[in-house]
Amino acid sequence: MKIVTDKAPKVDVASILTAEEIAAIHEFMHHYPHARAASLDSLKIVQKRNGWVDDAQVNAIANMLDIPVTDLDGVATFFNRIYRQPVGRHVILICDSVACYLTGYEALSTALRTELGIEYGQTTADGRFTLLPICCLGNCDKGPAVLIDEDTYGPVQPDEVTQLLELYA
Amino acid sequence: MRLTVSEQIALRSQGKAPSQLNNQRIAIYGDKATATSETKPLTWRLAHHDAVLDLATYESLRGFEALKMALKQPPEATLTTIKEAVVKGRGGAGFPAGIKWSLMAPPDGGPRYLVCNADEMEPGTFKDRLLMERLPFQLIEGMLISAYAIGANAGYIFIRGEYILAAERLNAAIEELRANNLVGDNILGTDFSFDLHVHTGAGRYICGEETALINCLEGRRANPRTKPPFPQVAGAWGRPTVVNNVETLHNVSAIILHGSKWYQDLPKAKGVVETPGTKLFGCSGLVNDPGLWELPFGYTAREIIEDFAGGMQEGRTLKAWLPGGASTDFLTAEHLDTVVDFDTIQKAGSRMGTGLIMVVDEEQDMVPLVRNLEIFFQRESCGFCTPCRDGLPWGVKLLTAINDGEGQVGDVEKLEGLTRDLWIGKTFCAHAPGAMEPLMSAIKYFRPEFDQKIAQAVGVEVIDAAANQQLDVK
Repeated sequence: MKIVTDKAPKVDVASILTAEEIAAIHEFMHHYPHARAASLDSLKIVQKRNGWVDDAQVNAIANMLDIPVTDLDGVATFFNRIYRQPVGRHVILICDSVACYLTGYEALSTALRTELGIEYGQTTADGRFTLLPICCLGNCDKGPAVLIDEDTYGPVQPDEVTQLLELYA
Repeated sequence: MRLTVSEQIALRSQGKAPSQLNNQRIAIYGDKATATSETKPLTWRLAHHDAVLDLATYESLRGFEALKMALKQPPEATLTTIKEAVVKGRGGAGFPAGIKWSLMAPPDGGPRYLVCNADEMEPGTFKDRLLMERLPFQLIEGMLISAYAIGANAGYIFIRGEYILAAERLNAAIEELRANNLVGDNILGTDFSFDLHVHTGAGRYICGEETALINCLEGRRANPRTKPPFPQVAGAWGRPTVVNNVETLHNVSAIILHGSKWYQDLPKAKGVVETPGTKLFGCSGLVNDPGLWELPFGYTAREIIEDFAGGMQEGRTLKAWLPGGASTDFLTAEHLDTVVDFDTIQKAGSRMGTGLIMVVDEEQDMVPLVRNLEIFFQRESCGFCTPCRDGLPWGVKLLTAINDGEGQVGDVEKLEGLTRDLWIGKTFCAHAPGAMEPLMSAIKYFRPEFDQKIAQAVGVEVIDAAANQQLDVK
């Protein structure tokens, strides 16, 4: 086997990424002097489809950006919100930083884990929710705060969890 | 106005984004009638217009006047004004923006960049979010003027991935300005061209460190870079780059409109202090009205907590406070009459940081509280340098043991050793030293709480606060 260290193994990008994804990545590549800068944006574009990015997709993006696949995977695994394994249809990020800690994060965390029947990093059996901690959501005056998909909520009381989750089928 | 989750859900079903609704709860205006560009340069436009400012409204409220003034003068004039105003950077470190700008390498015909640091992830800090969600044009005008002053021809707003609404609004604002010849080539018919893009992160606190931010912007892991060379000499893509915080850039247009002397005189409305200008101060924790207020420097922590944030909630007493984020030292009730500005807070033994106070009430046990802080720093270490990568988990391990009743005599001394080993100069960047500030100050002021837990674990009785001596006896 030939070890390729400087470039991603060549793949047929069009068979892995959609035409829309390829076009969107191309657009981001033009925002920067070097295509590599579109790494994070590209991963996010592709992540939108299934909620996570698989090995073939990482390789295809690396092909497009003309960078080593290990470099791109290094980026993908460095950032908290690029997922390299499947997640639920909705990702719940609960702020566990100090301002929310002071305003009742622990009770909210218990309520969420009990309601969902999962621990941090896990996905509910029906594939509906993944629960993860996140640092400060910049909502400290409204703690405890959660971010569900693209919506920030706060303050959230433990007895409001059921009602809140009903919004996300 | 506090919205319950039910109310947030009800409004969301009407198609409104929850974070947009939550804006209503941010108390920022103070006296609306007296809010002008001279008294509240950061937020005055919000006092006159409750919704998000669109381009027409922004222009009707003196929008882009400052840019037009700046473009009529040579760039050096703007640089001089900002330098004379002494705008101390609002990202936390307080380094003067004018000096930062003047360290830019001389033009050589190649690209030069201005990067807005909008990666607000410091626990306890929620000011830049408001400025970007509600006043996107004001940020961009500040960036245009700054870029003109430093000769930058392209810029990026590096915003954390979780600020979805802010990123959407900034993107929309940039597109609207591009269509109106305020972003792009030959702005307003001049020789000045400036292209601007929003770059979103994906959840790493270290991206707020300016060289880590540059690495992330280039599409790399967000590890910090060695300095020197400083970004002004070799920054993004090896080119001269200035990185400024959102709030810093929000100051620029008003300073151009009213001049450096006006900016210097602003705090005198309250009293003579060393830091010029106004600042978005804020308060969180169990106070009656947590929020944000634009105030001239000169207010004490007591005034901010009692007069603006409505004081501690009923039945709560203040035990400690962090002046401006998780990476600052705790102060106590004894320090409440300290003026919150860079120099005075430093003299009191902490850092002003981002200037958003977080109060800790008497019911809080300091050991698990500090453990929470250290878990955050441990998780967010980029892992690039050994002291930080190995030292922070070690600190969490010790704090967890003490908190769980498994502490050993000498654990507090080990933590103290850690605060020395992870201090400035011993790690690659300021992340680990920042983590040590709350730990060091918690031990300094609340040592008996640590000792009490250890004493219980090892079966020694603590008689008084001088428990150290007793615990030292084997």
